[in-house]
Amino acid sequence: MFENILIYFVVIPLVMLGLLALCRDIKQIRAVAVVGSLGLIALSVVTLVQYLGMRAAGVEDPMLFVDSWTWFAPLNIHLAVGVDGISIAMLLLSSIIVFAGSFASWTIKEPKAFFLWLILLSVGVFGFFISIDMFTMFMFYEVALIPMYLLIGVWGSGNKNYSAMKLTLMLMGGSAFLMMGLIGIYYHSAPEGGQLTWNLLEIVKNASIPHGWQSFLFPMTFVGFGVLGAMFPFHTWSPDGHASAPTAVSMLHAGVLMKLGGYGCFRVAIYTMPQAAHELSWIFLILTGISVVYGAFCACVKTDLKYINAYSSVSHCGLVLFAILMLNETAMTGAIMQMLSHGLMTALFFALIGMIYGRTHTREITQMGGMMQIMPYLSVCYVIAGMASLGLPGLSGFVAEMTIFVGSFQAGMTDYLAGHGSLRLVFTIIACCSIVITAVYILRVVGKLLFGPVHDEHHRTLTDATWWERLSTVTLIICVAAIGCFPNFFNNLINFTFKPAIFSVLGMN
Amino acid sequence: MDYSQFLAMKQEIALLCVFLLVFLYDTFMPRESQKGLPVFTVVLMLLATAAGFCSHCLGTSCQSEVFGGMYFTSPVVAAIKTILNIGVVIVLIQSIKWAGGELMIMRRGEFYELLLVTLFGMYLMVSARHFLVFVIGLECASLPLAAMVAFDKNRYESHEAAIKYILTAVFSSAVFMMGLSFVYGLTGSLYFDKIYAAVFGAESTLLVMAVAFVIAGIGFKLSLVPFHLWTADVYQGAPTSVTSYLSVISKGATAFAFLVVMAQVFGSVYSQVWEWMMYALIILTITVGNLFAIRQRNMKRFLAFSSISQAGYIMLGVIAYNALGLAAMMFYILVYIFSNLGAFGVIGAIENATGKVSMDDYRGLSKTNPKLSFVMMLAMFSLAGIPPFAGFFSKFFIFTGALQGASVAIYVLVLIALINTIISLYYYLLVVKAMYISEDECPVKNFKSACSERIGMWIAVAGILFLGLVSPVYDTLIELAANSEIATYFLR
Repeated sequence: MFENILIYFVVIPLVMLGLLALCRDIKQIRAVAVVGSLGLIALSVVTLVQYLGMRAAGVEDPMLFVDSWTWFAPLNIHLAVGVDGISIAMLLLSSIIVFAGSFASWTIKEPKAFFLWLILLSVGVFGFFISIDMFTMFMFYEVALIPMYLLIGVWGSGNKNYSAMKLTLMLMGGSAFLMMGLIGIYYHSAPEGGQLTWNLLEIVKNASIPHGWQSFLFPMTFVGFGVLGAMFPFHTWSPDGHASAPTAVSMLHAGVLMKLGGYGCFRVAIYTMPQAAHELSWIFLILTGISVVYGAFCACVKTDLKYINAYSSVSHCGLVLFAILMLNETAMTGAIMQMLSHGLMTALFFALIGMIYGRTHTREITQMGGMMQIMPYLSVCYVIAGMASLGLPGLSGFVAEMTIFVGSFQAGMTDYLAGHGSLRLVFTIIACCSIVITAVYILRVVGKLLFGPVHDEHHRTLTDATWWERLSTVTLIICVAAIGCFPNFFNNLINFTFKPAIFSVLGMN
Repeated sequence: MDYSQFLAMKQEIALLCVFLLVFLYDTFMPRESQKGLPVFTVVLMLLATAAGFCSHCLGTSCQSEVFGGMYFTSPVVAAIKTILNIGVVIVLIQSIKWAGGELMIMRRGEFYELLLVTLFGMYLMVSARHFLVFVIGLECASLPLAAMVAFDKNRYESHEAAIKYILTAVFSSAVFMMGLSFVYGLTGSLYFDKIYAAVFGAESTLLVMAVAFVIAGIGFKLSLVPFHLWTADVYQGAPTSVTSYLSVISKGATAFAFLVVMAQVFGSVYSQVWEWMMYALIILTITVGNLFAIRQRNMKRFLAFSSISQAGYIMLGVIAYNALGLAAMMFYILVYIFSNLGAFGVIGAIENATGKVSMDDYRGLSKTNPKLSFVMMLAMFSLAGIPPFAGFFSKFFIFTGALQGASVAIYVLVLIALINTIISLYYYLLVVKAMYISEDECPVKNFKSACSERIGMWIAVAGILFLGLVSPVYDTLIELAANSEIATYFLR
C-alpha cells in the first residue's frame, strides 16, 4: 500500500494530526504545521515531476499511479487512487494554500484545536483529489465539510453562529443529493449481469448508464457538487460563510473547497453521464451564467471587504462551472486554469483582508482609506491580487478567462451553425460582460481603500506586514505570476489524458 | 424427547445462567458485599457475550430448530443476539455508578434481574418461528421494562413514565394479538412457514387488516410514528440507564424481529400488502421524529425524538427486502448502539454528577469538561452520519441496500430520508454548538466522572471510530445475511 506515492497525500496530514495532538506549546504547533505543509508541497512537486517524466517516456494510460485496495468487498468498494494532470494541478494548489494558510493563522487563539480541525479538513481535500473511487471520494468530500462548522463557529467573527449553520446545512444538503446520485450511478455502473463498480475509470469505460437514468442522476450529481461550487441559487452560504470565517479558513474554503465542487461536477457528472450532460447542460448553463453576472453585481454594492471577495468568488466559481458545461476541450482547459487561478488569487485576497482586518479591526471600506501610505507592502499585494482578478495579462486571471471565453465562443458558434440554437452564444456574451463588472468592483475597492486620504487618524500608527505574513503572500503571488507567465506548461499538464466521454459523444452528433 | 436439542439454545441457556447467578448472589450474599453486584453482573454478561462470540467464530452455531420448529436459531440470529449482548454489556457498565448509589441499596438486584429477563424475552422474539413463542417473548420483553422505568421511585416523572409505558405496552400487545387472531382465522396456523405458504397469493381485506394490526403492534415497541406518543415522556421519566437500554437494545431486538416477521410470514405479499404501509410509516417516522427533535431542550427528550427518526432509518432495511438491506440493518443497529450509548453515557455522567439534563446546561461544556464534550460530539456526528465516524457508513449502507434494484418510488423514499438527514444534522449540531460555541456564565463545573462511566464511554468511542473504518464487521454481517434462511424469503 505504501509504495504508492499518492497515499502519502493522506498519510502526511494524518501524521500531522497525530503530532498536533501531542503538541504542548505554540512553537511546536507552528513547527508541525509548517514542516507538514512544506512536506505536502514537496510531495506534490515530486508527484508532478514523476508524472511529467512518465508522460515524456510515452506512457499513455488515462491516469497514472493507479492503485486500488479492497475495502468493503461485498459492495466492491475500494480505496482506489490515481491522478491525471488535472488532479495533480489541484493537489499542487491545495498544498500551496495549506502552506500559506498556516502562515496566515500564525497568531490564532487556541491554536491546537484550530490546526487540528484545519488539518482534518485538508485530509478530506487531498483524499478527494487522489480518489478515483466514488465512495472514498464522497467520504473525503464530507470529511472536508464538517470541520468548517467548528472552524467558523468557534474562531469566526460577526454573525458566526448563523453563517456556520447555514453553510454546513446547505453543503450537507448538496451532499444528500450527491449520495443519491452516486448510489444510483453505482447500480447502473456495469452492463446487465456485470460486476458493479464505484471506480470512475471503469464506469467511464463501461458507459452503461441507461439514458433515462442519466437524466435523473445527472441533475442530482451536478446539483450536489454544484452547491459547493456556489451555483446560483445555491450560492447563499458562500458570502455569509466566508465573511464569518477566520482568515485561513476563508483561504482554504474559497481557494480549495469550492474547487471540490467544480472538480466533482467535472469528474463525476460530466465524465460518467455524457448524454445527459449534453441534453441538460442548458439548464445549468443558465444557472451558472446567472451566478457569473449576479455575483459580480453583488460585489459592486457591498462595502464589507470579505463580502466583496466572497461574491467575487461566486462569480469566478460560476465561471468554472459555466466553462465545464460548454463541453469542449478549450473551455474545459480554461475551467481547470480558472480553478487554479481563482484558488490562488482568492486565497491571496482573503489573506490580505485578514491581515488588514487584524490591524484596523474593521472590514468596511467606508471606514478606511489611504492604506498605501500606511502599509505599502500589503497594499501593493492587494493591487496585484486585484489585477489578477480583473484579468491583467501576465497574471493568472487573464490566461484562465481568455481560454474560457475562446472555448465558449467556439462552442457557441458550433451550436449556432449546426442549428442547435444560440443559447450558448448568448450566455457567452453575457458572461463576458462580467469582466467589466469585475473591473468596476476591484478598482472601486482599490481606489477607496488604498488611495485617497487616510480616513481614520488612528490608522497612521499601524505597522506593515510581519515576516510570516510576507512569506504567506509572496508564495501566493509567485504562483499567480507563474501561471500567468507560463500558461503553456499548465496547458500541457491538463491535456486530458483521461478523455471525458463527452468528446466522443459530441463527435458522433 | 431428545434433550440434545436444548444445546441449540446455548445463548439462552448462558443468559439464564447469568440470571440465576445474579439472583443467587442477590439473595444469599451478605449486605456488605452487595456493592459488588453490578461488577459481578458485568463480568458474567461479558463472559456470556464472549462465549456466544467464540461459538460463532468456531463455527458451532448452525441452523437448528427446537420444539418442533417453534424456536429457530442460525448464525445470523446468533449474530444479532451477540450484537444485543455487546450493547447490554455497555449499558451495564454505564449503570454501575447509578446502581451503586445509596438509594438503590434495596433494589439493586431487582434491576439486574429485570434487565436480564427482558433480554431473554428479546432473544425469544428474535428466535421465534411460531407466534405463541413470539408473544411470550414480546411480553417478557415489555412488562419488566415498565418496572425498570419506575425505578427512580422518588421522582414523580418516573412513575408517570411507567404508567404510560405499561398502558401502551399492554395496548399494543392487544392490537398485535388482534392481528394474530385475523392471521389465525385466515390460515389456521401460527407457524411462520405455514402462514407464509397459506397467504401466498391470498390477498384479501382481512389479510391487509391483519398485517396492519401486526405492524401497528410491533410499531408501538419500535416507536414508529404514529405509534410514538409514549416515547418522549417515557425516555424523559425513566432513569438514564433504563432509557439507554430502552432506546438501543429494545429497539434493536424488535427491529430485527420485525424484519423476520415481515419476511418469513408476510414475505409473499410484500409488494401487494405491506410495502406501501412501510413506505408511509418510514416517511412519517423519519420526518416527524426529526421535526419534533428540533424543539427539545431536555437532552433525554431530544434523544427520544432522535431515536424515533433513527428507527425510521432502520426500517429502510425492512423495506429494502434484500440481503444487503438485512446486513445493513444489523450493521446500523450495531453502530446505533455504540453512538447512542456514547451520548447517553455523557448524559448519565453529567446527570449523576450535577443533576442537569437540559441542553442549555451544556453551554460551554468544552471549556470545563473537554473529554466529555469530545465524546458527545463524536456521538452526535456519528448519529448524524458524518464520516469518518461509523454512523456515516451505516447510513450509506442502508441507503445502498434500499436502492438495490429499486423502483423510482423507493428512490423518492431514499431522497426524502436523505433530506431528513440534513434536518437531523441541524439538531445534532445544536448540541455541538451548545458545548463548543455558546458561552455561559456558569457552565457545568469540571468534575471527574466515575471510572465505570469512563470505561463505558471509551468503549462507545472506540466503536464510533473503528466500526466503520474497519471493514470485516460489515463483511461478516453481509456474508451471514446472504447465506441466512431469511435471505431465501427475499423473492421479490
